Amino acid sequence: MKYLDEFGDPELARRLLDEIHAVTTRPWAMMEICGGQTHSILRHGIDQLLPESIELIHGPGCPVCVTPLETIDKALAIAERPGVTFCSFGDMLRVPGSGRDLLSVKSAGADVRVVYSPLDALNLARENPDRQVVFFGIGFETTAPANAMTVHQAERLGIGNFSLLVSHVLVPPAIAAIMESPRCRVQAFLAAGHVCSVMGTSEYPPLAQRYRVPIVVTGFEPLDLLEGIRQTVVLLEAGRHEVANAYPRAVPDAGNPAAIAMLGDVFEVTDRTWRGIGRIPRSGWRLSPRYREFDAEERFAVSDVRTREPAVCRSGEVLQGLIKPHECAAFGKQCTPRDPLGATMVSAEGACAAYFAYRRLDLARRS
Amino acid sequence: MSGGLDFEGWTCPVPLRDTPTVVMGHGGGGAMSGELVEHLFLPAHGTAGNTVLGDSAVVDVGGARIAFSTDAYVVKPMVFPGGCLGDLAVNGTVNDLAMAGATPLYLSIAYILQEGTPLTEVRRIAAAAGAAARAAGVRLITGDTKVVDNGSGDGVFVTTSGVGLVAAGVEIGPHRATPGDAVLISGDLGVHGVAVLSVRAGLEFDTAVSSDTAPLNGLVAAVLATGADVHVLRDPTRGGVAASLNEIARTAGVGVSLEERRLPVPGGVADACSLLGLDPLEVANEGKLLAFVPRDDADRVLAAMRGHPLGAGARRIGVCVPEHPGMVVARTALGGTRVVNMPIGEQLPRIC
Repeated sequence: MKYLDEFGDPELARRLLDEIHAVTTRPWAMMEICGGQTHSILRHGIDQLLPESIELIHGPGCPVCVTPLETIDKALAIAERPGVTFCSFGDMLRVPGSGRDLLSVKSAGADVRVVYSPLDALNLARENPDRQVVFFGIGFETTAPANAMTVHQAERLGIGNFSLLVSHVLVPPAIAAIMESPRCRVQAFLAAGHVCSVMGTSEYPPLAQRYRVPIVVTGFEPLDLLEGIRQTVVLLEAGRHEVANAYPRAVPDAGNPAAIAMLGDVFEVTDRTWRGIGRIPRSGWRLSPRYREFDAEERFAVSDVRTREPAVCRSGEVLQGLIKPHECAAFGKQCTPRDPLGATMVSAEGACAAYFAYRRLDLARRS
Repeated sequence: MSGGLDFEGWTCPVPLRDTPTVVMGHGGGGAMSGELVEHLFLPAHGTAGNTVLGDSAVVDVGGARIAFSTDAYVVKPMVFPGGCLGDLAVNGTVNDLAMAGATPLYLSIAYILQEGTPLTEVRRIAAAAGAAARAAGVRLITGDTKVVDNGSGDGVFVTTSGVGLVAAGVEIGPHRATPGDAVLISGDLGVHGVAVLSVRAGLEFDTAVSSDTAPLNGLVAAVLATGADVHVLRDPTRGGVAASLNEIARTAGVGVSLEERRLPVPGGVADACSLLGLDPLEVANEGKLLAFVPRDDADRVLAAMRGHPLGAGARRIGVCVPEHPGMVVARTALGGTRVVNMPIGEQLPRIC
């Protein structure tokens, strides 16, 4: 994968930065949707190298961050049941529910396992027919195809002791919700490249026109990000509200038709609550009626969950790009990656964690 | 920073996190491990206070300066590309002694075996331990064996302890890090951690990376033979270079400034870390050392390292500074800066 190094080349980055400086004449505020992009921007110090008049607003695209508290509490309740093997990607284990996280449930004796693919969880179900194996299926359009495939396989192979706790969310309705907010300052979006590699770009032109914002499909390596920012500034300066693709090496306009077909079969669109943001209509996926028997929420009938968010946490405003992480009073004090109050401080892709990780020095100098 | 953000106090003296039980992060070599030691073990043992927490303790015994160290090994799987539990356990304690500038001499070894473990596996681990001891020039002179019920252990756990002699005039420890010191690394980063991950159940991936487990006492001897006033030596094992440098920075009250472009991260490690969402600086090494030496001594120490087979890839990666005490800051390849953090607990591969 020498390929990746080439997309971090400092010389080429310098040239792109020079171009960005040359074309920028006014202040602009653009939002990168994806937490992976936020992380990469801060990790490489890209925000420090842009013209001061360009503000990057960090978006809600961190799957760990926006998974609703209620779903996490349900996960904790299911994981504690005898006979259950609860499987999750690693970074969900530290996300606090109402007072606990999956790691502490594990240490108290629950069978909680980190897996690297939902298909691993399905294999566990096949190998352990006396256990109920549950996979925590969260994330955006990027992680959904593998989860859809797994449920499809479970049905095809008749693996009845497997189920999925689903909390998938979708990017385009979130863009609409952000633009509808009266406090919204976003003038352009860097769309999440890997979401588009699944879904394609066709969902974005109507958003660009309706809200009069350019939307540029952008990747994750330093040069990808700089090229996405450059194209965004060019469109902003020209007053063009268009969709552009700055990540064509991974994103065909049609996306991945096989994945889209599988998603359409296994999931159906539903309203979703986003942690810290609220309920967004038609902003997520749940299992379609044909696959409903694999829905862990139905199988374990966890409906009497009462949630409790820390009052001081302002992650909702962070996720909407209304405040920067360090503008929250709890940031770096009661709330650290070690003792997070909100999910934005947990995931490496959460904006609060990224600021804490990479920008402590700048913030300390400022305070 | 009064009235500002409380960055300094974020792991210490924060009390032990409010979990009633041990969690895996307590063993990750990062902030949680440190808190367990500081807030539970040291007070319970009655050794809190002026203890310098290095890789070994150095004590005077009958006029001799003895370095003493102990370590437990629970690596899973027990065999991985480039090594196994046996050589890892011997090299680990040899290295902890060597990081105090000691000449390692004698080791003890204790095996905790789970009922049902094939004896061929036990033999393989023991043979590797013996071979590693011979290669390092130390002797395994005492030991113990315990067997636990099936389900009470996980194959084989090994504990080694060791003693070594520290020569007169050698004073090496994290407290001696001084602004102006050059920060050196003896070679490629992250290979042990990636090699183990590559064979871990559920995560198998093809890689040419194999563990760097090796005894570093020869390399340390070569460094000391230069006559340089070596301030700090540290083998960046669990928690990687990030954890080691943060510990040193906090112990000595100095800052560390790294040049990211100078970090020797081999392609296989960079790829695996990129895929799994890990930072190579936080990945474990088992045959590398970090050295803090006065700027004027740096070139001859580097030359000595490069003249040794285990230090051929040695290079300068940064400098010890008076600014931002307790903090490690890296200049990124693009020219920005970022903080390099103390890892918290276990490394958790990311979701997407």
